[in-house]
Amino acid sequence: MAKMNMIQALNSAMDIAMGRDTSVVVLGQDVGFFGGVFRVTDGLQRKYGEHRVLDTPIAEGGIIAAAIGMGVNGLRPVAEVQFADYVYPAYDQIVSELARLRYRSAGDFHAPVTVRMPCGGGIRGGQTHSQSPEVLFAHVCGLKVAIPSNPYDAKGLLIGAIEDDDPVILLEPKRLYNGPFDGDPNKPAVPWGTHPKGEVPADHYTVPFGRAEIVRAGQQVTIIAYGTMVHVAAAAAQSLQLDAEIIDVRSLVPLDVDTLCNSVCKTGRCVIAHEATRFAGFGAELAATVMEHCFWNLEAPIQRVAGWNTPYPHAFEWEYFPGQARIALALRAVMEPR
Amino acid sequence: MPTRSRLHVPAPPARPGQPPDFSYLQLSPAGAVSRPESTCSWRETMATATGLIRVLDDGHRATGPWNPRLEAADLQVGLRHMLLTRLFDERMVRSQRQGKLSFYMKSTGEEAVSVAAGMALQPGDMLFPAYRNQGLQVVRGRPLVELMCQLLSNTRDMCKGRQLPVMYHSAAANLFSISGNLATQFPQAVGWAMAAAIKGEEHIAATWTGEGSTAEADFHYALLFAAVYRAPVILNVVNNQWAISTFQGTAGGEQNSFAARGPAHGLPGLRVDGNDFLAVYAATRWAADRARTGGGGTLIELVTYRAAAHSTSDDPSRYRPKNEPECWPLGDPIERLKQHLIALGEWSDARHAALSGELDAQVGAAWQEAVKYGTMTEGPRLDRDLMFEDVFKELPEHLRRERELLRAELAAPV
Repeated sequence: MAKMNMIQALNSAMDIAMGRDTSVVVLGQDVGFFGGVFRVTDGLQRKYGEHRVLDTPIAEGGIIAAAIGMGVNGLRPVAEVQFADYVYPAYDQIVSELARLRYRSAGDFHAPVTVRMPCGGGIRGGQTHSQSPEVLFAHVCGLKVAIPSNPYDAKGLLIGAIEDDDPVILLEPKRLYNGPFDGDPNKPAVPWGTHPKGEVPADHYTVPFGRAEIVRAGQQVTIIAYGTMVHVAAAAAQSLQLDAEIIDVRSLVPLDVDTLCNSVCKTGRCVIAHEATRFAGFGAELAATVMEHCFWNLEAPIQRVAGWNTPYPHAFEWEYFPGQARIALALRAVMEPR
Repeated sequence: MPTRSRLHVPAPPARPGQPPDFSYLQLSPAGAVSRPESTCSWRETMATATGLIRVLDDGHRATGPWNPRLEAADLQVGLRHMLLTRLFDERMVRSQRQGKLSFYMKSTGEEAVSVAAGMALQPGDMLFPAYRNQGLQVVRGRPLVELMCQLLSNTRDMCKGRQLPVMYHSAAANLFSISGNLATQFPQAVGWAMAAAIKGEEHIAATWTGEGSTAEADFHYALLFAAVYRAPVILNVVNNQWAISTFQGTAGGEQNSFAARGPAHGLPGLRVDGNDFLAVYAATRWAADRARTGGGGTLIELVTYRAAAHSTSDDPSRYRPKNEPECWPLGDPIERLKQHLIALGEWSDARHAALSGELDAQVGAAWQEAVKYGTMTEGPRLDRDLMFEDVFKELPEHLRRERELLRAELAAPV
């Protein structure tokens, strides 16, 4: 075991995957010599050469298209989109090509591409460096979508993604790169070093897709969250001294319906939290799924906590961010007796 | 001198009811464009990017530095492939009109673009076709029955009923899956070629798109990545003048040739008479030789004309003169190669008619077999369960559940 922050864990994942399989290549803006704007690919080009760690033009659509072609020709590309907010020029290549190549060719062609992208707010990024577009990928048939909330899962999911023959979208909450975050920007930053999930095996392992994790077992209420909100929700439940069961979804597609719904059937109460805007967000899918499976066990309407239905404003970052206060209101609402 | 800005909206020289006018077309006499070495700098291709590379002259003789000096036997194979492609197209349109196919797209008048290029490449080269490159399927020897089963979405459909007609593929023949979204395959071909170079393999990639689709960002990504990484790829723009009703001027063809986009990126550009089998073959070989020897990619514009409708859902008489196809100054690729072979003493009208009859019978027999495996309206149908497969490599739980739901739905009609 080693102590790693999420950046080091992701870097270790690519290092291990590249070391084990010469077909793994990394490409993206600034990923090579410089090692990425968040340092996630630091040192990889030095170690594996400039043919396997490619600096690319600023062309997200070109990056994903090239990765698809490489994947068809036997490589396992890991493409970095520098910010999730920049992925939209590549959306056609991801939705119409990457996601559907296996289907449209009846399995005769596929491209095992992993697309990594930092997402989420809380770093003073304004409306172009803070978005959480996970639902835009979860809605597309043929993509696996995952969002880690800690270094251990980040490494295991990324190795799993690279080794997976299906395309994977890995969204990395950048506010969590250097430490867990409970939603209070005024507190001093906490590093991963003291967090149990900052203990990361130095070697190869995977975290399987389609498995949620029960981060904290509890009896009174189920909180379903992913990414940064796992930590914010845990802190809010603790402040209210609720015995909450906190579930980290981790893998949005495939979705671990059983773990989510067994928990809600047990507690009878459910709060869903994500940072992305609320309307037609992934929380709507989660809420509908829980309702279909747990309706007769529910003691109160499901509550959704999310970013407002506005772009992410620079000046009002923390008023936009679904922090502990917003989660606490939802928890109180769901705990009210009938 | 105007005193304010004015919006310029390109328009074709003739609309329905007006006499066809191709005076906008920049032509060069056969043999007039020089042929730089395939190892040259892109700077030496400024003339080839704006002139028109032609080999066959008006007397049906091969002339000039681009003459590939093919054997008559090879030319006869080319003629056979082009004629088969055309007869296949004719028959499939008839089938569509009879309600047997939902949709079809002919390549009439553009057969040389695919057939000559396909013959100039090696079987291990990976082809990323657009939807009007059926000649590539023919050159690579795809059985007609197999193509027809795809068109019919029947039980032998290589796509298992998931694609619109003409979106063929063959992993074995190195023919990539055709996408209905335009130009997406262009930068993918570059990625494939980059991988070949990364792995140190000898094969190259080639891809095709229409001049209308060069407006897509994907086209520009492809040129950029091909130039930046010197990827071994041939990027072909089939300039058939019309993108449904949109004239090539609206895609930017009025200001400069499409081939000239190559030198702008530091790639060689070749502007080629796309209805001249020999010119297409020679240009493709030039670009392939360059790619195979580390010279990187080439942009080839094939100047041709979409003689038929865009698809069976299109009626070109609504937007262009009815007799425009007959007035196209670069003629018909099959007729031109036929006349060349006759001029060489290697072909005759009688042999042509015999070949035509033989190929037509081949197409007819293939159709009789293909429909046995089902049509849209009768015969066997694909298993509905296939709908849920290949979304992912393994069938996930949620799709297993949906497959059960569909079975239940079919078992309990309203």
